[in-house]
Amino acid sequence: MFNTFLPPSLILIVGALALPAISIRLRPFLLVFIPLLALAQIWSYDLGSAFTIDFLDYQLTPLKVDALSRLFATIFAIMAAIGGLYAMNQKRIIELVAAFIYAGSAIGVTMAGDLITVFVFWEIMAISSTLVLWSVDTNTAYKASMRYILIHLFGGVVLMAGIVCLAASTGSIEFTAMQATSPATWLILIGFLLNAGAPPLSGWLPDAYPEASYSGTVFLSAFTTKTAVYVLIRGFPGEEVLIFIGLYMIFYGIIYALLENDMRRILAYSIVNQVGFMITGIGIGTDMALNGAAAHAFTHIIYKALLLMSAGSVLYATGKRKCTDLGGLFRTMPLTMVCGVIGALSISSFPLTSGFISKSMISQAAADGHMLIVWMFLSAASAGVFLHAGIKFPWFVFFQKDSGLRPPEPPKNMRAAMVIMATLCIALGILPEYLYAILPYPVNYVPYTADHVLKMLQLLLFSGLAFFILLPMMKRTMTISLDFDWFYRYAGTKLNDFFVKIFSYATIKMNNFIVLQLSVFKDVILRHFGSDGAVTRTTSVGDMVQWVAILLSIYLVIYFL
Amino acid sequence: MSKEKQSVKDVHWLVRPRTIQILWKGGLITLAVLVLADLLITPHPYFSIDGTFGFYAWYGFFSCALMVIGAKAFGLLVKRKDTYYEDKNDSGDNNV
Repeated sequence: MFNTFLPPSLILIVGALALPAISIRLRPFLLVFIPLLALAQIWSYDLGSAFTIDFLDYQLTPLKVDALSRLFATIFAIMAAIGGLYAMNQKRIIELVAAFIYAGSAIGVTMAGDLITVFVFWEIMAISSTLVLWSVDTNTAYKASMRYILIHLFGGVVLMAGIVCLAASTGSIEFTAMQATSPATWLILIGFLLNAGAPPLSGWLPDAYPEASYSGTVFLSAFTTKTAVYVLIRGFPGEEVLIFIGLYMIFYGIIYALLENDMRRILAYSIVNQVGFMITGIGIGTDMALNGAAAHAFTHIIYKALLLMSAGSVLYATGKRKCTDLGGLFRTMPLTMVCGVIGALSISSFPLTSGFISKSMISQAAADGHMLIVWMFLSAASAGVFLHAGIKFPWFVFFQKDSGLRPPEPPKNMRAAMVIMATLCIALGILPEYLYAILPYPVNYVPYTADHVLKMLQLLLFSGLAFFILLPMMKRTMTISLDFDWFYRYAGTKLNDFFVKIFSYATIKMNNFIVLQLSVFKDVILRHFGSDGAVTRTTSVGDMVQWVAILLSIYLVIYFL
Repeated sequence: MSKEKQSVKDVHWLVRPRTIQILWKGGLITLAVLVLADLLITPHPYFSIDGTFGFYAWYGFFSCALMVIGAKAFGLLVKRKDTYYEDKNDSGDNNV
């Protein structure tokens, strides 16, 4: 039975819009209940079912369910539910409404069978995620949100141009696998990649995400980039250029995260890094690689949310966000610390955590394809993840030095959300078969062999050794690192100032010139047409008559002569 | 009671110098055991290089060292004071 009465995306969106009208006592329950209702709806559909409506000349498919879309919709709904639990004491209701619309439209993208529906939900995501940033009532957040929406609206325009070109040339708007061979598909690919945080505009992500509230960043981390991963898996599997873009993102994330001081910006850079692994997998394009990319998106949402919840709790309790101000918090926030460490171990793919069973599939796919260089980079990057996120985040926030801060643990609901996420990380690591069962392709992969576990432990623990040996080189400084966004944040404004100066100078000069010319002109007019001017000065009637008499007498004289 | 004893007791057990020493020793022993375990396990290398003794250990260590040093060098180029983009009108408030 195909129940189209309320698709899961609309359950979240309608539910979100109803939230402000609901009494404060009931609201916390709904924050968990609405996403769970959407989750139940997602699983009520049979695989392969689709729902179409006619719109203008096109047939839209707002609902199409297969294994890939169900996987992403599932994790988005779970994320919204646990995020809702974490955000229960967020007083700014607008953030929660925006976050749920955001989650709903992300689910809308995953269930869309045509490009127009994808585009519509894509834009709703851009706007609602901007609202999550706006709800933080600071000037810094507002400015960051304007830069954020600038990039996303630009991406949206590129995507729409691509869709329009494709529809015009092929007549089809069906969302299926494409190849970047025509301008239309290139534009679509670029539009998709922009949301994934691909170069050169990756800077929007670490710029904007850490400016959201303690709970807002948790929502932001999950949907935009992972929806991009979803549409790339569906639209461009095996597109070779993605391997290089992915590898670039991996190392971009590591290097910038190593230099960063803001704890949540470190984690934001590591989102780019992790999405890089997925993009590389999509570029490799085999069943194993695509499964790996999809599985990694699934596990990543959980452990990245966990890491940001842990960082959010620290921000909530201390009001501080810089590593230079933090340290030694393990004394009074042991649960937050343990959950953060579990998230850190998962992102580093330690055996028995979720990252181990998903990221390994991407490396395996590179090895199966005999891509030695790609594989070498991926292995080095795995070690690098432990370095920049796995140790760096917990070390500088919870250990390092004693900052003297003795903050309490966060409220009950936030602790519960972290514990659930941490449990999921470990459960997926111990029982990978449940995740493998819902992946888009049949899985023929055994992560736990003695050989693989030992290699991974060697790689990671020696990366840890490198961290502690080189610790003096990683002393935190009160700095930021310039990125491509320098061009529109600094160079652009300077260029603008320059032009403003030139134009204002030119305007003043021009004004002076015109005023001068006008005054000369005015003098001329006044001389001839002024009250004493030859042309307009007044003369008495008597003078006039006298002159007429003189003229007439001259005429008479001439006539008689 | 001397002042020194008092201060050692005030310090959390995890950050006392003695604990840190034990952690370093334990860590180094773990690393040694992990490398030696290579001898016990039959490797299933994908390529030829990753089947060699202790490959993952040295590769992990040196690639990380390279990344840290590389980041440091890159930092010289791109690092700026964290007030670089700030306006005078901006408050440096935290977004709790």
